[in-house]
Amino acid sequence: MKGTEAFQELLPLLGDEPVVHANGFICRESFSIKDREENFYMIGSMGLASSIGLGVALCQPDRKVIVLDGDGNVLMSMGTLAMIAAEAPKNLVHVVIDNEVYESTGKQRSISNAVPLEQVAKSAGYRQAVRVDKREEIKPAFEMLMNSEGPVFLLIKVDPCFDPKTGRVTHTPEEITERFMKTLG
Amino acid sequence: MSLITSKSFIDRLIQENFNFFTGVPCSLLSGLISHLEEVEEAKYIPSVREDAAVGLCAGAYMAGSMPVLLMQNSGLGYCLNAFTSLNLIYRIPVLVIMSWRGQGGKDAPEHIIMGDINQKLLETAGMDYSVLKPENLDQVLETAMRKINEEKLPYTLIVEKGLFDERH
Repeated sequence: MKGTEAFQELLPLLGDEPVVHANGFICRESFSIKDREENFYMIGSMGLASSIGLGVALCQPDRKVIVLDGDGNVLMSMGTLAMIAAEAPKNLVHVVIDNEVYESTGKQRSISNAVPLEQVAKSAGYRQAVRVDKREEIKPAFEMLMNSEGPVFLLIKVDPCFDPKTGRVTHTPEEITERFMKTLG
Repeated sequence: MSLITSKSFIDRLIQENFNFFTGVPCSLLSGLISHLEEVEEAKYIPSVREDAAVGLCAGAYMAGSMPVLLMQNSGLGYCLNAFTSLNLIYRIPVLVIMSWRGQGGKDAPEHIIMGDINQKLLETAGMDYSVLKPENLDQVLETAMRKINEEKLPYTLIVEKGLFDERH
């Protein structure tokens, strides 16, 4: 499955949940397929999508909060997996698109081919961690995890496919903050 | 000169509506953190690294909380990219309470360089700060609240050794 296909499968499953996006391929692909007011596009600060998502989840415990992360971001901030496990927000769903490369900078390899990130998350203490390899597995796995007590982790293994011509997020960072905060009330 | 204690300072922050505390410990902040663990109105979340604490505070702020990040100046290096590519450009404020290890070149070797440059680093990044003293607390907090509430930008309070009680 190509990375784009994972987004095409996943994005229609979203309702009005806040989704914190990791920088690079994740932001750009998601934005180009379907922009949402509830999307926080983290265009810099690599590695921090998970901690931003944790902050949102802890302060809005009655709302499902999704982190849409990448393997490079997760590897950079593995300690945050431990923080999420320790704080254990029931409303946090951590989805990782794992293409085993730093895609938007030219497909340099990451090391997630050698490190099973779903096992790392499970060992850190996430309540559930599921790995899927096929497109048709995404919907049932995501729906099951959305209906489970968090924190939960969904690893979607994909092949690199990023087209560098894919646009960047066109909203300014200040606009992103403003509209995201509005949707959080 | 009025005295600031860990308790009176935290009470004051709570009065200013701060309600989300996280960070990575420093001995100079040990009294503050111990106190935070004891009071009911505040929750302290241990962060594993200072930049993760910046992310955590950013999420908390956007979700309606008022965050405070406590750290040693050694954490400033880890935070610079987060401050410059997240807080400053997205206008996401946070109150940073940063201890000043290595002040005046008198400390363990690992603190000397950062102790010398921490203020220059903040200035270079365009981040406002004050060195907190018992006699300037009101004025400094007023400046910090203006930065946070009106400009939506971070503000750093630098804490010298001896300002707060240490518990270790």
